Amino acid sequence: METKAFQKIYTKITQITKATCSLNAEGVGYEELASVNGRLAQVVKIQGENVTLQVFGGTEDIPTNAEVVFFGRPPTIKVGEDLAGRFFNAFGEPIDGGPEVEGEEREIGGPSVNPVRRMQPSELIATGIAGIDLNNTLVSGQKIPFFADPDQPYNQVMAMVALRAKADKIILGGMGLTNDDYLYYKNVFDNAGALDRIVSFVNTTEDPPVERLLVPDMALTAAEYFAVDKNESVLVLLTDMTLFADALSIVSNRMDQIPSKDSMPGSLYSDLAKIYEKAVQFPEGGSITIVAVTTLSGGDITHAIPDNTGYITEGQLFLRRDTDIGKVIVDPFRSLSRLKQLVIGKKTREDHPQVMNAAVRLNADAVNARTKLENGFDLTDYDERTLGFAKEYSRELLAIDVNIDVDAMLDTGWKLFGKYFEKAEVGIKEDMTKKYWPGKDD
Amino acid sequence: MKEKKLTKGKVRSIIANLVVVEADGPVSQNEICYVDKDGVKLMAEVIKVNGTQAFIQVFESTRGIRIGSDVEFTGSMLEVTLGPGVLSKNYDGLQHDLNKMEGVFLKSGDYTEPLDLEKEWEFEPVAKKGDTVVAGDWLGQVEENTMPHRIMVPFKFKGTYKVKSVVKKGTYKAKDTIAVLLDDKDKEVPVTMVQKWPVKIAITSFKNKPRPFKLMETGIRTIDTLNPIVEGGTGFIPGPFGSGKTVLQHAISKEAEADIVVIAACGERANEVVEIFTEFPELEDPRTGRKLMERTTIIANTSNMPVAAREASVYTAMTIAEYYRAMGLKILLLADSTSRWAQALREMSNRMEELPGPDAFPMDLPAIISNFYSRAGFVYLNNGKTGSITFIGTVSPAGGNLKEPVTESTKKAARCFYALSQNRADSKRYPAIDPIDSYSKYIEYPELQDYLKKHISEDWVEKVMEIKNHLIKGKEAYEQINILGDDGVPIDYHITFWKGEVIDFVILQQDAFDEVDRSSPIKRQKYMLDKVLEVYHTEFSFDSFEDVNPYFKKVINEFKQMNFSDFESDNFKKHEKELKKIIKERKVKEEEVAEQEESN
Repeated sequence: METKAFQKIYTKITQITKATCSLNAEGVGYEELASVNGRLAQVVKIQGENVTLQVFGGTEDIPTNAEVVFFGRPPTIKVGEDLAGRFFNAFGEPIDGGPEVEGEEREIGGPSVNPVRRMQPSELIATGIAGIDLNNTLVSGQKIPFFADPDQPYNQVMAMVALRAKADKIILGGMGLTNDDYLYYKNVFDNAGALDRIVSFVNTTEDPPVERLLVPDMALTAAEYFAVDKNESVLVLLTDMTLFADALSIVSNRMDQIPSKDSMPGSLYSDLAKIYEKAVQFPEGGSITIVAVTTLSGGDITHAIPDNTGYITEGQLFLRRDTDIGKVIVDPFRSLSRLKQLVIGKKTREDHPQVMNAAVRLNADAVNARTKLENGFDLTDYDERTLGFAKEYSRELLAIDVNIDVDAMLDTGWKLFGKYFEKAEVGIKEDMTKKYWPGKDD
Repeated sequence: MKEKKLTKGKVRSIIANLVVVEADGPVSQNEICYVDKDGVKLMAEVIKVNGTQAFIQVFESTRGIRIGSDVEFTGSMLEVTLGPGVLSKNYDGLQHDLNKMEGVFLKSGDYTEPLDLEKEWEFEPVAKKGDTVVAGDWLGQVEENTMPHRIMVPFKFKGTYKVKSVVKKGTYKAKDTIAVLLDDKDKEVPVTMVQKWPVKIAITSFKNKPRPFKLMETGIRTIDTLNPIVEGGTGFIPGPFGSGKTVLQHAISKEAEADIVVIAACGERANEVVEIFTEFPELEDPRTGRKLMERTTIIANTSNMPVAAREASVYTAMTIAEYYRAMGLKILLLADSTSRWAQALREMSNRMEELPGPDAFPMDLPAIISNFYSRAGFVYLNNGKTGSITFIGTVSPAGGNLKEPVTESTKKAARCFYALSQNRADSKRYPAIDPIDSYSKYIEYPELQDYLKKHISEDWVEKVMEIKNHLIKGKEAYEQINILGDDGVPIDYHITFWKGEVIDFVILQQDAFDEVDRSSPIKRQKYMLDKVLEVYHTEFSFDSFEDVNPYFKKVINEFKQMNFSDFESDNFKKHEKELKKIIKERKVKEEEVAEQEESN
């Protein structure tokens, strides 16, 4: 970003920390951008004459006589159809060797949607994964994270969801991606021939961590362009939000703020909500759906990052390795999609809610049976049957490599009920069992 | 009120939404001021004063505010505008009408009028010339969504007044003068249908506030039967995410027996508010047959809206509730979630570099919370009529841990505790209210016990206590079975456990999405409770523990079909009959019982 001729250049920095520097300047606006020896920075605090800048690229090697220029505007991105198929860094600069994007310049992190202008999400987003479509159905305008341990294949699942979901545009916001994962996404999108509907903003582990703070806003401003201006359905993938939150805590720490739980800034909830709440169904038909990844440490969801996320997002998806079948499944108990009620049994077959609930309940019985088994107790006939059911249910439905449509999932569900249980044990409303129970009616 | 020169100031420093202003005159705590950002005026509130420096929290994004920007103080605290037309409105946290704002995105500084001042109302006088009146007394009424909306002597009026004149019956606009009062110095004071009141101060224009005693029906069995809430009562629902807080609160808002429902969506998901916006104009109020939206006001400050306004939003909602209570109405006030409100307090306290209390929350958090809960209650108005505000707040404890400061502070203030349990939620036992950890202090009130005896049945309270006891017994039996193994315990343990399960599945669990089951009137609750107790008191005989589970599953299935059928319908009776048959299969004959007792 070039400077304009008449801009004032400051050359006297009074304080430098690892992530920020301060100087005396006049007429500066809050959250305005600046450059410090060519590095991008943003105003985070103004006290009288004294202005504190957060330097995205880190302050290594910044001298006290560095040249500081204020841009007079907050961070922006140029939006246009040309964004499609391109890869950018956290500042919106191309990293794929292509030309700069021409288009309208927009502020990032703009205002929120008036809640009365939102529409109720009502379109199913099918992924073919039964752990999602059957038990935790995604809806356009929803925001939902994968809660995953770092060793789980969440990036692969995200890429799979991205390619299968019927969205007009897919926007990838990568924060602290390893270079390998970045190349993985690039290859997968390339091979699927889907590049022309994908836009990527990537901050890899090779880039300074504080730069990450810009990635979600960049990705979502681009998403708003496609969803509002072009009325498209946009799927935004954010990975990994834990690394984003870590960057927040670095900055607040450098600014001497009192940390709250788990050394996170007290404003963590609001900071995350600002991003996730950009998921919306617009009245004119466009929508933004956010699927994110929050990595956990040792599966601990009480940590401030997953905890606050859980209160903001509309559900969460857990991945788990099922040792019985040796495959990764979407955990049926801990996963939840809050918006599924809006589509299941309405956009899908009428028996969807009942089949889903009954199967999960029977799985819960299987877990109890397994506990009994582990404690060395004898199993009843019912226990044995639930275990058999749970195993087959995992293999035929929950495993993430299953790719079938919702009706086929429901039929599989009924098939398994009929194979292992009596009607009374399944506890589904009579009119449904009459219609769908496999085999002869009694 | 005396005229005074309004104070002005200039911005001196900015840290997020905390702005320090150099003021040129007197400034009061909590005073509202406006910061000029390139011609757009942004609302803010004074939260601390130090010398000539006022610390203000700006209710909008501070992006683009500069040092030296002008600030104008208003001389008044944050106030809401009260008058006919508040119902069915969708407000932001500062009572700006969201529907009047243009465009899809919110613009900072876009402040809209809360009432429709051009709308004409059919006014009917109540007070007469010569009447002596005080603040809160009714001067007349208009019809608002078919409900009488009383026009009152403004709450700000101190002392007694004489009515000089009241306008005749006819149509008037909200700001027309509808009465002239004389104060104690015989000075004329005009009164319109509109008045203002500062949100942080409770409206106390009533005679007294007794202990509440009347059951408030919510249609939710696990609340009404086991841990009832009363008209004018307070309760809170803590629960980890995913345990169904919001679904439960929405269910209460739809089914509860209230004249008016005020919902404060405080720092929660926007899509949840959209659900209310979409459903309430369509759903019928089961009691009046009119649309739910007609009796509802929504204060929406979703999590992506400015944080400082979040704190104000719960007060705005409470003040609106107090206004309608003064009209002699039953108000249900719901806040989702009070934890977000507490977090907003924490963010500001943090920026002001106050010494933090537990978990970095401000030290006075318990006091702020109990002060807020105390504004609910059942009251006798000056004219002998009654009104009430029943307040139910949700709490989102960090990490699902109920030992965190917001839950603990709320526990001290609220009288009903509806703990949502992760285990119940995981096994889809909704509503996930834990029957054993939860409590209602009201059921110990002799006032309420008398009411229940009179309105439900003489032995109702004993039955409820009995059911609770059985639930605990069931849980104990379950633990024993888990420790000793299925065949390591007597069959009786299995029977006790499964009898507890019958209570759980039939009384506690309720399908909020089923047309019939979602709301259960108290008459039906009594019937089902008696039925379940009948099963509980029946002696069953089994040869092996393996027969217990499938048998009770059958019992539960019939009960559930009854819950899904209209009360006393053919289908209901069919399943009831079927249930009777099933019970007979295993019931120990009375002679056998007698024999057994003799042999013992």
